[in-house]
Amino acid sequence: MLNLFNRVLGREGPSKEVAKERLRLVLVHDRVGVSPQFLEVLKEDLIRVISQYMEIDDASMRVDLSGSNNSVALVANIPIKRVKRGLIAKTRRQEETVPR
Amino acid sequence: MGEVIVVTSGKGGVGKTTTTANIGTGLAMDGHKVVLVDSDIGLRNLDVVMGLENRIVYDIVDVVDGFCRLKQALIKDKRFDDLYLLPAAQTKDKTAVSPEQMKGLCEELKQEFDYVLVDSPAGIEQGFRNAIAGAEKAIIVTTPEVAAVRDADRIIGLLEAEGKEGPSLVINRLRHHMVKRGDMMDIEDMIDILAIDLLGVIPEDEYIVVSTNRGEPAILNKNSLAGRAYRNISRRIQGEDVPLMPLDTEPSLLERLRRLMGFSSK
Repeated sequence: MLNLFNRVLGREGPSKEVAKERLRLVLVHDRVGVSPQFLEVLKEDLIRVISQYMEIDDASMRVDLSGSNNSVALVANIPIKRVKRGLIAKTRRQEETVPR
Repeated sequence: MGEVIVVTSGKGGVGKTTTTANIGTGLAMDGHKVVLVDSDIGLRNLDVVMGLENRIVYDIVDVVDGFCRLKQALIKDKRFDDLYLLPAAQTKDKTAVSPEQMKGLCEELKQEFDYVLVDSPAGIEQGFRNAIAGAEKAIIVTTPEVAAVRDADRIIGLLEAEGKEGPSLVINRLRHHMVKRGDMMDIEDMIDILAIDLLGVIPEDEYIVVSTNRGEPAILNKNSLAGRAYRNISRRIQGEDVPLMPLDTEPSLLERLRRLMGFSSK
């Protein structure tokens, strides 16, 4: 009831949920033992490779670890600006010329 | 042959020393032969918490360096005949003892005592390595805060890497009224995150400060909530099945009135 009252007044909710969420994220990194530098290098490499195929917005690109119970995933969010048309045409031609 | 248990946490100030002193006293209350080992070389405190600071002659480094025999360095408790303290050195640093030496020391103490409780320093460096070297079991102390739980998780990982069997958790300084309004992680939240067995929960209790002031572990005071929780933990260590103590005990009206007037029973 008090919580509802607080929320109606625009006050923040219970802080324990924030604590749990922040802990969860921080522990995903701690447990895997991956440093921010490592992720940064990985990100640079990803940009280099993907840029050969499409124009991406590397400023807003995010590469991070995400985890639930027992599994950890590498999650990359890479906004695409433009796919390189010429390249698509080239790969198609390559497929056609591959001998069956 | 006794059992060597290390009390550790990663983060400082969460209550390792208080926990060691209270559990050790609890085990001695039940008639066991207990020795408390302060492995926090350079920052010794277990002696003060136990109220034995005036009796120290030799310390752990003197033993390891062969300046005295182990028996000479052990300080007998004021209250229990079978409770002893092996104090840390105050003027040396953590490298004055090696993990191998610590292991040997624990082996020797195990022959003589039922329980060898090692109070670990904060951190994950050599002091911690020393503290866990001779231990078969580990008790991890944490408080319901992000930083303490994070460090506890790190320690659990390090213990696992050292092949130490399943450590158990003591959640210290739980404030029930904050849990109730959702502003503090509860027992379940922390067990869920750390995925280890729960050994006990110590409610926040002002009496801990009083007991430390006096150098008398809170477990000796039946009116102290924290003292009662420590009593339960020491029974669980002996294999008894003791349920968690209810934490929603609001002070009674009479108690609140007493406190208001300064006649607190604590």
